[in-house]
Amino acid sequence: MDSTTEKIIPMQGYKLHVIETDKYKTNTFVWKMKAPLTKEDVTKRALLPQVLQSSTSKYPTTTALRSYLDELYGATLFIDLAKKGEYHIISFTLEIANEKFLSDTTPLLKRGFELLSEVLTKPNVLGNAFDQDTVNKEKRTLKQRIQSVYDDKMRYSNVRLLQEMCKDEPYALQVNGEAEDVEAITAETLFDYYNKAFSEDELDLYVIGDVKGDEVKSLADDLLKFEERTPKKIVNSEQQIKDKVQEIKEEQDVKQGKLNIGYRTNIIYGDSDYFALQLFNGIFGGFSHSKLFINVREKASLAYYVSSRLESHKGLMMVMSGIDLKNYDQAVGIIRDQLEAMKKGDFTDQELVQTKAVIRNQILETIDTSRGLTEILYHNVVAGKEIKLEQWITDMEKTTKEEIIAVANKIKLDTIYFLTGTEAVK
Amino acid sequence: MEKINFDQLQEELYHEKLSNGLNVYILPKKGFNKTFATFTTKYGSIDNNFVPFGKEDYVKVPDGIAHFLEHKLFEKEDGDVFQQFSRQGASANAFTSFTRTAYLFSSTSDVEKNLETLVDFVQDPYFSEKTVEKEKGIIGQEITMYDDNPDWRLYFGLIQNLYQNHPVKIDIAGTIESISHITKDLLYECYNTFYHPSNMLLFIVGPVDPAKFMDQVRDNQEKKDYKEMPEIQRKFEDEPIQTAEQKQVLEMNVQTSKCLIGMKALHVDQSGAELLKNELTMNVLLDLLFGKSSKNYNQLYNEGLIDETFSYDYTQEQGFGFAMVGGDTENPDKLADQLKNMLFDAKKGTTFTEEQLDRAKKKKIGGFLRAVNSPEYIANQFTRYAFNDMNLFDVVPTLEKITMEDLKSMASEVISEERFSVCQVIPKK
Repeated sequence: MDSTTEKIIPMQGYKLHVIETDKYKTNTFVWKMKAPLTKEDVTKRALLPQVLQSSTSKYPTTTALRSYLDELYGATLFIDLAKKGEYHIISFTLEIANEKFLSDTTPLLKRGFELLSEVLTKPNVLGNAFDQDTVNKEKRTLKQRIQSVYDDKMRYSNVRLLQEMCKDEPYALQVNGEAEDVEAITAETLFDYYNKAFSEDELDLYVIGDVKGDEVKSLADDLLKFEERTPKKIVNSEQQIKDKVQEIKEEQDVKQGKLNIGYRTNIIYGDSDYFALQLFNGIFGGFSHSKLFINVREKASLAYYVSSRLESHKGLMMVMSGIDLKNYDQAVGIIRDQLEAMKKGDFTDQELVQTKAVIRNQILETIDTSRGLTEILYHNVVAGKEIKLEQWITDMEKTTKEEIIAVANKIKLDTIYFLTGTEAVK
Repeated sequence: MEKINFDQLQEELYHEKLSNGLNVYILPKKGFNKTFATFTTKYGSIDNNFVPFGKEDYVKVPDGIAHFLEHKLFEKEDGDVFQQFSRQGASANAFTSFTRTAYLFSSTSDVEKNLETLVDFVQDPYFSEKTVEKEKGIIGQEITMYDDNPDWRLYFGLIQNLYQNHPVKIDIAGTIESISHITKDLLYECYNTFYHPSNMLLFIVGPVDPAKFMDQVRDNQEKKDYKEMPEIQRKFEDEPIQTAEQKQVLEMNVQTSKCLIGMKALHVDQSGAELLKNELTMNVLLDLLFGKSSKNYNQLYNEGLIDETFSYDYTQEQGFGFAMVGGDTENPDKLADQLKNMLFDAKKGTTFTEEQLDRAKKKKIGGFLRAVNSPEYIANQFTRYAFNDMNLFDVVPTLEKITMEDLKSMASEVISEERFSVCQVIPKK
């Protein structure tokens, strides 16, 4: 685990995180921008990185920008949006070959850094507006991206579960924004928002690869400077406690029913029982040795996929499965029984030991990739904590059965959502 | 054990062919926590007509049986192998493709034990009528899941358009009807024919000591009694050059239409260096024609015919091959027409500049470096290449040799009306 040492260097307006490792043949930059998740901004935040990555002042067309990326040995540049608790995170990732594996000696790290800086700070702008044509095209793409969720029933039913479960909370907002808010955005209002985001968001840059911290810092000094700011902190909104479990059935022309169940864990990253929650999830539904997989799939033959996962910063757990339309009651029954079993401590020491081994393995595997490592380290930025990776593993391994039972008893079933076929509803 | 050096990449590969015919490759990766291993048989969904081991006549087996076998191999008399892997801190999985079935694990501790588990479970089948019946429910749900997935339906719809007889047109998982005919005896028949070590390849990549692991695998294999295996006889019906259908439109419960065009490959008898060159040339051609920096991409994007789902790909294996281009679109007919025109313009001899070709090669070379960061990529792709008598580490030198002439002759030869087809998914009325 020596490759995970993260140097954090305060820069002007952002933090630089450098991870020096020689295990990759490429170097990776990840630029992260974090702001509270709000209805007002979420759609603009989804559109903004698309516009920024499609052209810049020096490379004013997508063809020009993409040709330059190809020229840099196929450097990849892509954007990604995420919800972490009630924050909305924009990420730009640029990955570029390390020239020591090439016969060419172009200083690719520097070129890559310059290009990232160009994309972030020198957009294709006319006066006080982004290039009109680019904004129009990217609005169309964003609308299509939002609309395409409907066509992927697994994603769709997860989105619908969150909309129903977190109805009056920001977390119900879609990560790509809301379709009805796209049209009103203009090249001017988006440019205003760009200035606002770069002056108010919490900004972090991760650089991972066979790099020298000092060299990266001096490049960063030259290439990226922003106003100093105090990032906005939010307190998770009041959870809407429901009197009884909410059950939603939606009918569509599908062959397989999608069952998505949402729970409130009442535990978030940084809480003392967070690692016990990770273990709970592992025994309950996170893996192929978990109770859900064994009971719903292997014993009852009801599903091909069935699993649970955590949302660490909002305090949610989601179960998802694809089942035959007629098996709804049986599947829901088995899943509810597994939570009851967990609450009663009905799991063996072997299940506990097994789950610890698998989670330890999962953490170590995740940090083998530059992306996985960045995501794990970024938890600390989101939660405002300083939990070292070693501590993840030792705290998880210390967890006792009693602590897991206590966690199980904090977890509350909130909403059961079922996307069902037209023929099954009688 | 032989050692092969790749100086430019700073990698070393170790290889040994064991006495029972099993090929073992080990690639040490310093600095990584994880070891990843795949144990793969050259047996996939297309191998449905063959002479079973110890018999004389060809048999035709139900669609989806290779994939079914993959599921069932995890179950043993005393329980599930997933359980054992997770007790040993590993994560295990498997997949079936047209031409391969691969079993794999990754772990950051107990690697020797996990490797032993992987090799032993694959070499020790246990099929019973009861567990076979139970699996039909699970795989039935897997099939239904894909039935509702428009991208999968589009992809397979296009392959079905392209191929008249070749079993590549059969869905890898089969259908609920076809898997109903699978029995434990049929599974054993397939297993005994295709899971002989001489038809398999073991690849290990991670922070490992190659000599020690090679010894372990050799010892393990020497304890098992494998008889020499005659060459496997597989039969494929003759496939005409022409496509089966020129167009197919699927109506589904979607809001956005999808359009994919396809070209059926020529020269599908290639293997080795010839196949590698052909495949890479086609990939470079597609990059130049449809990559994000291409004129065509820019035009299609500006016209609102494509979005970020747009992609292209070329696959070629022994006996079949296809290029595919497309994605989500507001106007599936117009997109099909435009893509077709672009292809046929290239056939007529649309020229690229040397500078563009050079850039396309650089892009591919960088992409290869990025890919070899991934132990999964190395193990899976190396195996695929080896089964086609190619070497993954020849990619860069082969790319460097591609010329403008290669691209021109590829375009003029492969692109043809009779091998072109379109598949679309549109919203149900």
